[in-house]
Amino acid sequence: MQPASFDFQQNYFDLFGLAQFCQVDITQLEQQYRALQALVHPDKSAHLPDAEQRLAMQRATLVNEAYQTLRNPLRRARYLLSLHGVDLQEENNTVMPPDFLLAQMEWREAISEAQRTRDATALDELEARLQRETRELENRLTVKIDTEKNYAAAAELVRKLRFMEKLAEEIHAAYDAIDL
Amino acid sequence: MHPTDQTTAKMALLQISEPGLSTLPHQHRLAVGIDLGTTNSLVATVRNGISVVLDNESGGGILPSVVRYLADGSIVVGEAAQAMQNEDATNTIVSVKRFMGRGLKDVGEISRLPYRFVGTPSPSAQEGSQGGMVQIRTVAGVKSPVEVSAEILKVLRRSAETALGGELVGAVITVPAYFDDAQRQATKDAARLAGLNVLRLLNEPTAAAIAYGLDNAAEGIYAVYDLGGGTFDISILRLSRGVFEVMSTNGDSALGGDDFDQRIHCWLLEKNHLSALSPRDTRLLLTHARAAKEQLTAHAETHITAILSTGEAIDNVLTRGEFHAISQNLVQRTLQPLRRALRDAKLNVAGIKGVVLVGGATRMPQIRHAVEEFFGQTPLTNLDPDKVVALGAAIQANLLAGNRSNGDWLLLDVIPLSLGIETMGGLAEKIIPRNSTIPTARAQEFTTFKDGQTAMSIHVVQGERELVSDCRSLAKFELRGIPPMVAGAARIRVTFQVDADGLLNVSAREMRSGIEAAITVKPSYGLSDAEITHMLQDSTQHAQDDMQARARREQQAEAEQLLEAVQHALEQDGDLLRENEKNRIEEQMNILRNTLQLADHLAIKRAITALNDATVGFAQARMDKSVAHVLTGRNIAELEVK
Repeated sequence: MQPASFDFQQNYFDLFGLAQFCQVDITQLEQQYRALQALVHPDKSAHLPDAEQRLAMQRATLVNEAYQTLRNPLRRARYLLSLHGVDLQEENNTVMPPDFLLAQMEWREAISEAQRTRDATALDELEARLQRETRELENRLTVKIDTEKNYAAAAELVRKLRFMEKLAEEIHAAYDAIDL
Repeated sequence: MHPTDQTTAKMALLQISEPGLSTLPHQHRLAVGIDLGTTNSLVATVRNGISVVLDNESGGGILPSVVRYLADGSIVVGEAAQAMQNEDATNTIVSVKRFMGRGLKDVGEISRLPYRFVGTPSPSAQEGSQGGMVQIRTVAGVKSPVEVSAEILKVLRRSAETALGGELVGAVITVPAYFDDAQRQATKDAARLAGLNVLRLLNEPTAAAIAYGLDNAAEGIYAVYDLGGGTFDISILRLSRGVFEVMSTNGDSALGGDDFDQRIHCWLLEKNHLSALSPRDTRLLLTHARAAKEQLTAHAETHITAILSTGEAIDNVLTRGEFHAISQNLVQRTLQPLRRALRDAKLNVAGIKGVVLVGGATRMPQIRHAVEEFFGQTPLTNLDPDKVVALGAAIQANLLAGNRSNGDWLLLDVIPLSLGIETMGGLAEKIIPRNSTIPTARAQEFTTFKDGQTAMSIHVVQGERELVSDCRSLAKFELRGIPPMVAGAARIRVTFQVDADGLLNVSAREMRSGIEAAITVKPSYGLSDAEITHMLQDSTQHAQDDMQARARREQQAEAEQLLEAVQHALEQDGDLLRENEKNRIEEQMNILRNTLQLADHLAIKRAITALNDATVGFAQARMDKSVAHVLTGRNIAELEVK
């Protein structure tokens, strides 16, 4: 175990004293996050000169960014893969299996249909199903990275999860749209 | 990508002095919490460990947020101004909070307000459109909402300094959680103008949660429903072991008790077949409408009688049932933000342990009923909805000022509305999503689209809508000095930083050349620094000597605090230092002690900086030790297993 320190260059796992795995103990992450914020949050230096307050803001910003990254399974995997030097090609590699793309189209249609008919129950069902399928992909991703160290396969799962994240955003927007 | 990776990790010792040890008990630093409300304003402080509302000049704790400008240049604030609001309606500004950071087109009910509004060209609008903050023409000249608010804050500051017998170190000013950047900035500007050092802008529901949570040792997820005079907020917070974590917030910064008055006002106009009233009669009917609304909280009906300046008599009976009917859609308008806040927090009503009601408007029975029905539980009302925000702000101010007499806690708040930039086709691209925990930062890269392009314009907006025209324009700025390159070769990284007050700062840098591009942020609604300085000079012309003396006292206080912190650190962690490092620090401490006797505050400041510089390495070593302690204190077993 390296001695922990607060260094703006260090990686997020080190910052929280966590081992570099896709599988993260969320309770422990939360505890470390709160303990670190209790140390660096700008409220702790509000009575100090401006320069100290700016530094506190930068530290707390980094802790927030690191926490949000490690808390979200997709962002965590993406970050971990970047630490392993894997190019995810999220922007330029749009080749996806045809059945996955077909399923995407069906999702989109179902969401816009539920929005058009203002059917909140249908949205509830879609959301629950999406969460199930997302969990499944996330579990496979954890195995690919932590156990098999198959980063190419992991990169493809990351790209798939990006689609699922977009769908979740669309469902959220549909809820907002029908709630007037 | 680290948003902060270009910062140098230089720090001074003060930064990490132990919580609770930065000041000695006898050095209680005077700090207050201020609830700058639409209808009423209050100032509170922590005395002997208890948060109390301070009396103002007229004796009561509650100061009506009313400012009257007189022809001779004098300014009356509070009850005396309120008493003249019908007689001198155009020069007596009530509910000025509704105009903070708002343009002429935002002030929808202009025809029903007795003011002479003046639009100001937005400093950022190229064609000089009327996009800036609205102003009001009074007998004493044109006044901006920032100046009007500053008058209220000045009175509160004076009351507090009289009551506490000394100058304030700083103040926590509360703002509606749903206030956008322009409204927050305007509030901070008003405080600066009133000569207040702003320790923090604190969200009103969060302030209430602090007062409630600490008082009741509450644990679990709570909703704070805050309907004030002119604003509505809903915040969902998780309270656990000294941490107040805002999970989501939503609201409507143009919905409050005033709107219920307006409904009654409209009802009176309709009942009496009236139109186009004089400013005086408009204010008269609004005053009666408000009284009727308050009556209906405890009574089934109320009798409204008034004589207009035309001689016409108003004589109507309004029943509670009728009032509920005409205000039903206002009540409904608070429910949509509730649903959105719950969705953003990924919760349903069953996950809410308690609902706290804040704001005078929550006294209305139809509000209580709607909240009870929505959450399926009786809301908590064991606190004064008019005072709880100020009381919570005072508790936080006490903590921020460095008086840790009430223990220590951590507050994690969020940004209420997404921040983004304008992209092709007038669309808004979100850069920082709503409900992100602050402080937060995001960097975005842009490139040039023409060969040799040396400037680029960026439009920052806030809001959830897709079209830029539906969002609030915060600032437009030009990046200049980009080195000429072929199209697409320049890489301009723009960093959006939101601080703990929820305020946005933008900076930019060209990555290929390393050139920090010239950047001018012109806030669409805010005041420029030059304007603030000018206003401050106006108000402090005769106070130059005072300011010198104040600067010296501040530097002395800071020096004493730093000396104490370093002394404490040396006693505790002196073993982290080599002998020569320790000698150098002690030498700088002696120099600083000697400058304390000097009248020159700049000399003290230089010695403070020198001591800070001398302790940089020591501070880093102590921070590392603290971090190591945090990380290993509880979890060493788990860490070593992996």
